[in-house]
Amino acid sequence: MTAALHNPKFWIFGICLFPLVRLIVLGGSGGLGANPIEFITHSTGTWTLTGLMVTLLVTPLRRLTGRAELIRYRRMLGLFTFFYACLHFITYIWLDQFFDPAAIARDIIKRPFITIGFAAFVLLIPLAATSTHSMMRRLGRRWQQLHRLVYLVAMLGVIHYVWLVKKDLTEPLIYGAGLTLLMILRLSWGVMLLQLARNRFVPARF
Amino acid sequence: MLIRQPDDILPSEITPPDIYRERRRFMQGIGALAVGAVLGATPKAQAGAKLTGAHASAYKLDEDGTPYKDVSTYNNFYEFGTGKADPAEKADSLKTRPWTVAVEGEVGNPGIYDIDALLKLAPLEERVYRMRCVEGWSMVIPWVGFPLREIIRRAAPTGNARYVEFVTLHDPRQMPGQRSRVLDWPYVEGLRLDEAMHPLTLMAVGLYGEVLPRQNGAPIRLVVPWKYGFKSAKSIVKIRFVERQPLTAWMRATPSEYGFYSNVNPEVDHPRWSQAKERRIGEFFKRDTLMFNGYGSQVAQMYRSMDLKRFF
Repeated sequence: MTAALHNPKFWIFGICLFPLVRLIVLGGSGGLGANPIEFITHSTGTWTLTGLMVTLLVTPLRRLTGRAELIRYRRMLGLFTFFYACLHFITYIWLDQFFDPAAIARDIIKRPFITIGFAAFVLLIPLAATSTHSMMRRLGRRWQQLHRLVYLVAMLGVIHYVWLVKKDLTEPLIYGAGLTLLMILRLSWGVMLLQLARNRFVPARF
Repeated sequence: MLIRQPDDILPSEITPPDIYRERRRFMQGIGALAVGAVLGATPKAQAGAKLTGAHASAYKLDEDGTPYKDVSTYNNFYEFGTGKADPAEKADSLKTRPWTVAVEGEVGNPGIYDIDALLKLAPLEERVYRMRCVEGWSMVIPWVGFPLREIIRRAAPTGNARYVEFVTLHDPRQMPGQRSRVLDWPYVEGLRLDEAMHPLTLMAVGLYGEVLPRQNGAPIRLVVPWKYGFKSAKSIVKIRFVERQPLTAWMRATPSEYGFYSNVNPEVDHPRWSQAKERRIGEFFKRDTLMFNGYGSQVAQMYRSMDLKRFF
């Protein structure tokens, strides 16, 4: 037990459960407001986007701190992101459309924000399915190529959010700015910037 | 396409619609008028205070009313922020007294009405209406108010008056949401004169028998039950009679998505989402959205020759 408590994965797992636990607690105490289903849909959606951002933060953070071991936590973050994407999708097909396949198909074809959200969800599936060690081994170099899809997924996710709001774009644009920054940090001069920052501010470890 | 129902009430300019529809209600109205005149309804300004003198009307529904808590905490009122909970949290800064409503424009009898005079202008009645938001949710709300046409009649519109424009208070100190440019302030809405004169069109000053909470548009707001909720302007300071169709706040913001009429119509989708169904607040399953929000038998004739897909 104490060994588990010393493993950061234990704590990260707990933190990643927070959005779900919060929804359950709020649901039990009537805290989801007048329109609980809208609340759940919105909450699982924004937590999926947050999960994508946090997962994409691992590599820049690793470059900034020089702590290579951070990569060990990325899979869990990615899988939790997929978990919340699943909850978001299930909320939509169950609580919003009540498993009406015709209505869902119509929505996916007719509503651009649904089309794009659905595409992002579908693209996440192969990433989740190939997250195991054995799949990494089997795919070799192609694994990394495949997992670059996550950039596209994150972009589609942000556009999905931008296209659904009625007027106030503040929140979607915050995610958009976050994603833009994360992408810049992956460009060659972004990586150089991180190196510089590391040499300047992060004390070397002995 | 409009489907005329057998209980359609034919438009009649000769017989007052009240009598036409139901003699009993007319009699009730006469009684209430007398009571109202004797008691002289003088409600207190504070939200939650009982509105005395309001009488029941024939405008009732067989559907359950949405709980007061939901009606007063789940609001779209961008003057206080774009979140649904913002109005209830931030509307305390709105001062509803003193308050005046200017009636102006193409009228023979313009004037500035004090809110307390407006409360006594006509007998207050309780009307239970469906409220359908353009976002796809709905409520059932017992409003207290009086028909807008009571004001219009006194204003005596001229022959040039074809539309009525409603303007909400513009004061960023009282309405912190107006510090953001999310809409072009002040909020402007409009109706065609016949829509404004329609007996269903209500000026609401209360809900659930109490003074209107600020977040619901105190001290006086419009309620047009067959149109999407945003047409029902809140915290009104000006009613202007005009010749040309007003440019409303939402038409100015997104002309491709919000038209002047904005009648509830399950067959005309919002460009980005379907309007065929709605979630009634408090219910698990979605309901089918009704043409004109279920008020077709009273209002459909006003749009008889119009292509409602074009005039959305």
